[in-house]
Amino acid sequence: MRQSNLYIVIYAGVLTIVCGGLLALASEGLKEKQQFNIDMEQKKNILSTVIAIEEGVDINQLYAKRVKAFVVDFQGNVKEAMQPKDVNLAAEYKKPREQRLLPVYEFKNETDSSKTDYAVLPVYGYGLWNNIWGFVALKSDLNTVQGVKFQHAGETPGLGARIESDEEVQNRYKGKTIFDQDKLVSVTMMKGEGNDYSKNQHRVDGMSGATLTGKGVNNMLLDYFQAYENYMKKNKKN
Amino acid sequence: MSTEAVEVQEKKSEPLFSKKNRKLISNPLDIDNPITVQILGVCSALAVTTQMKPAFVMSLGLTIVTASSNVVISMMRNSIPSRIRIIVQLAVVSLWVILVDQLLKAYVYDVSKQLSVFVGLIITNCIVMGRLEAYAMGNKPWPSFLDGIGNGLGYGMILMTLAFFRELLGGGSLFGFKVFESMGVHYQGNGLMLLPAGACILLGLIIWIQRSINGYRESH
Repeated sequence: MRQSNLYIVIYAGVLTIVCGGLLALASEGLKEKQQFNIDMEQKKNILSTVIAIEEGVDINQLYAKRVKAFVVDFQGNVKEAMQPKDVNLAAEYKKPREQRLLPVYEFKNETDSSKTDYAVLPVYGYGLWNNIWGFVALKSDLNTVQGVKFQHAGETPGLGARIESDEEVQNRYKGKTIFDQDKLVSVTMMKGEGNDYSKNQHRVDGMSGATLTGKGVNNMLLDYFQAYENYMKKNKKN
Repeated sequence: MSTEAVEVQEKKSEPLFSKKNRKLISNPLDIDNPITVQILGVCSALAVTTQMKPAFVMSLGLTIVTASSNVVISMMRNSIPSRIRIIVQLAVVSLWVILVDQLLKAYVYDVSKQLSVFVGLIITNCIVMGRLEAYAMGNKPWPSFLDGIGNGLGYGMILMTLAFFRELLGGGSLFGFKVFESMGVHYQGNGLMLLPAGACILLGLIIWIQRSINGYRESH
């Protein structure tokens, strides 16, 4: 049967309104739960760069007790009025390095909360297909990497996605240093997999089949280490 | 849109699981499998099968989406203007996919992250559109529902088989459980199995085996 144009236009209109309405409803109804998941994951990621999180640990409590979060600018001065949750990393990353707002999550000593054991710094960049981001934890010398946690939006599963899914890839960064004397050199992921870089403080083994994602990670790390350089130089303890 | 109302209505005419209806589920598993026989949905079959877990959730997601959009389209089938039927189907599929995605994000956040873009890609999966166009547009809701479930399962079956071999041979594990290590055997993972090429070879073998069992011939 052949319908009139009017029928088709009305049909399409009603369908759009119904579908749109249902989606808006679902999105509004689930928003709180989704945001909660995202916040929890962020806290978990920050903590997991410095300590191994056991099953059943109250992440909120641990985070509230040990982590002090604040924002610094490129010069390394603390922005008193800002909180890390006000900073949208995806937007900051597009600004020139000198103008970015830079969140810092300090992981405090368990007994003496005035001492900082580790500083966890967020990083943000572009992989092969889409954005990549994560956290890098530095020891109190602000030079030695304690741990990293990378995430991605669309790297190839099994290849580039290993920066997130393969813990062993993230563990390769442990113990590496980002400064050579006073010069910032970052840590570089090399091309090819299965090589031993344990003697080199600034290189890690690459991911076979994901060299371009590795390059994205390298750019991201160097970019953000440079952004945080003033903060690091001001606050490092030897 | 409750399925109960549909069931009651159907009961009058023929039993819920009549021979014909059972075939709707069993055919896509074997002689009319969407992947191996109709060669639909191959793209995602290669993409999400590096590990068992995402393959499983993807199968589940696709089954839910296919079945529910089949039901909705089947109920709307007499009112859909034929000139815009494809876009109407697409709107319904998208609606379900986004709903599934939102629910995953709210309740199983880990899994939704692992699947990332692939849930969204269900929209473009040829199996969903294919079933809507070929079946739901001309049949009642209950058989359409069964048809959706059957095709989802047929798709899932192949996905799980692929993922089983790829994860086992590529990474030496199943559902993340290190099989070879727990047996005390050192296993060097076969990288080819993790690449799409490995999946392509495996899928080819599966298609070959299935077709030779069924005696299927391409008609020229």
